[in-house]
Amino acid sequence: MTEFLQQLLNGLSLGAVYALIALGYTMVYGVLRFINFAHSDVFMVGAFIGYYAGRLVPEGTIWGGIAVLLTAMVGCSLLGMRIEKTAYRPLREPIEFNLVTILAALIGGGAAFYLTRDVFPSDYAIALRIISCWAAAEAASWLARRTGLKIVLQRTRGGAPTLNVLITAIGVSLLLEYSGQLIFGAAPRTFPAIFPSLNFHVGGLTISTNQLCVIGVAAFLLVVLQFIVFRTRIGTAMRAVSMNPKAAALMGVNNDVVIAFTFALGSALAGAGGILYAVNYPSIDPLMGVMPGLKAFVAAILGGIGNIPGAALGGLLLGTVETFVAGSEWSTYKDAIAFAILIVILLFRPAGLLGRFTIEKV
Amino acid sequence: MTLASRLTRLAFPLVALVSAALAQDTIKIGEYASLTGKEASLGQSSHQGTILAVERINAAGGVLGRKLELITEDTQSKPGESGTAVRKLISRDKVVAILGEVASSRSLEGAPIAQRSKVPMISPASTNPKVTEIGDYIFRVCFIDPFQGPVMAKFALNTLKVKRVGLMVSSSSAYSVGLAKYFKEAFTAAGGTIVIEQKYQEGDRDFKAQLTAIRAAGVEAIFNPGYYNEGALMVKQARDLGITVPMFGADSWEAEALIQLGGKAIEGVFLCSHYSPQDPSPRVQEFVDAYRQRWGEGFAPDSNASLGYDSVLVLADAIRRAGSTDRAAIRDALAATKDFEAVTGTITIDPKRDASKSAVIITVKDGRFQYVETINP
Repeated sequence: MTEFLQQLLNGLSLGAVYALIALGYTMVYGVLRFINFAHSDVFMVGAFIGYYAGRLVPEGTIWGGIAVLLTAMVGCSLLGMRIEKTAYRPLREPIEFNLVTILAALIGGGAAFYLTRDVFPSDYAIALRIISCWAAAEAASWLARRTGLKIVLQRTRGGAPTLNVLITAIGVSLLLEYSGQLIFGAAPRTFPAIFPSLNFHVGGLTISTNQLCVIGVAAFLLVVLQFIVFRTRIGTAMRAVSMNPKAAALMGVNNDVVIAFTFALGSALAGAGGILYAVNYPSIDPLMGVMPGLKAFVAAILGGIGNIPGAALGGLLLGTVETFVAGSEWSTYKDAIAFAILIVILLFRPAGLLGRFTIEKV
Repeated sequence: MTLASRLTRLAFPLVALVSAALAQDTIKIGEYASLTGKEASLGQSSHQGTILAVERINAAGGVLGRKLELITEDTQSKPGESGTAVRKLISRDKVVAILGEVASSRSLEGAPIAQRSKVPMISPASTNPKVTEIGDYIFRVCFIDPFQGPVMAKFALNTLKVKRVGLMVSSSSAYSVGLAKYFKEAFTAAGGTIVIEQKYQEGDRDFKAQLTAIRAAGVEAIFNPGYYNEGALMVKQARDLGITVPMFGADSWEAEALIQLGGKAIEGVFLCSHYSPQDPSPRVQEFVDAYRQRWGEGFAPDSNASLGYDSVLVLADAIRRAGSTDRAAIRDALAATKDFEAVTGTITIDPKRDASKSAVIITVKDGRFQYVETINP
């Protein structure tokens, strides 16, 4: 019995992380009808933001941990919006590639990267240089747009098939992974212990505060997300875009803002997931997002893609099943069995556990 | 014809001429190692040992009056890269011999290509017996798992005095599966019991499920024949779960990263090693001093460093005895290596092209590796 409860706790804390990542997949799918494969790498970036930010705050304090968590969420949501604007929007709608702004961004970013080469303490140099490079590029391109100068290189027509956006997403994913290897190096790093870590024993059960923290934060964020989607104006707009983007636009919804917001929200959750994962498994590397990302994607499908409680349920279920199999004598086959269960569930409920074929997506 | 293609047409013969001229002067040795990626800690150590040996041999006048030239390829600790690296070294760089890899899985990828092209290959630290079974051109300078397994079994029974052991085996690593098998055979033959055997995969980070099962099975010690990355997280999670029994690993735990990743939890674990820098013998101390001088105090001359160093020494010795850089002659000389005084012990290459040597047990104390005992074959 003790072993069963212990495994259940292990499974739930693993599943909570899957659930957080799965929420991002499911929201983007709900609004845009495509899988954002770069999501799992935003998760990785979240962990790396936490790695740098975590060394600035004292170890093992609650406020320090929350500060790091928020930093990673903000950082990831900015990154998510940038990815959407650069890589996905030009495929979706007509856009002009303006040589002036592109050059301004390149020059601004390049100059910042060059000028900051000796400015920062060596531990943080690479992280701070990337941030200043990014900020300078954004500022320069904004200034260039203000001048009104235009040398149009190419006009895209937009309206690319979903499959093309999907392939672009895979491209962005690989870009993030291998830029990560270039910038941070491929060797794993030790994630600082940002949250206070205690183990207490109840009967034969060992409960660590880290595990509780993961489950608690995930549950809290899920409730916040439900509130945003169903109780706020922007949430209503998200659901409207999800049902019919053209009709929503005719009703005065700014689709671009809604989509950018969706990416920001989903990426913030991935960032939180990255921190919580790294707190529990304190070894991070640029490819750390691949496996959890795949599992979370499966969890989103399992719960019914596009459905928020479904993604959470799918994540918890997958994490728990995986843990129980890993703790049994068939531990070699843990992924195989977890995925076999997925196949069986989908045979009986093709739309996923909570998925419906129509209405109420997001 | 465009300017660019004109330039390349000019440049190619030039490059070929220059490299041909250089090739006359040096003896090219290829090295493939995990310089980045998961097992970078092992690969970097081995690489630094290799460089040190090449530099010292060259400073002393080289081999056969020619300098050694080391050409290194990174395998990124990934499956699939080793084959490419070895192919590149053989066909593009035309090396006379190849050193590498540390990990058995990757040596097993590279070795068949070296064998097919009849280029002698020396693995510094791959302990899986299958590596040298690939063919008569494949050698190693470390002990093998059929030796290491019984060593750890002997250590568990005699030093730790435990009879009931739980195993954590990486099912995706040739090294781990092989070593677990040899440990199990020796341990059960000597009266011990393997209470439970749990599997994981390279790159896994969550071992709580397996460890919870091991905890429930009631073991007196846990053995993890695996790499330091997973090992460190495993020890940490075991201690979090309230598992207090001794945990021990094998030679692939020996990396500074084990201590960094494991933190306080890693204190008191045991592992097997090829040598100890605390060995007072002058041969070892001379190497430790040279290594510290070359790479600074921050880098420990661990067993991978010394094995990388020894692999060059053994190769240079073979080239000297062969009297030429003919690959077949080098192979024959390597096979005839006998009582060669290396840093990690006296190396004799046996008919299976393996090295028979002693092993040492080390522990982690106050955040450093400490010598415990030496176990002979």
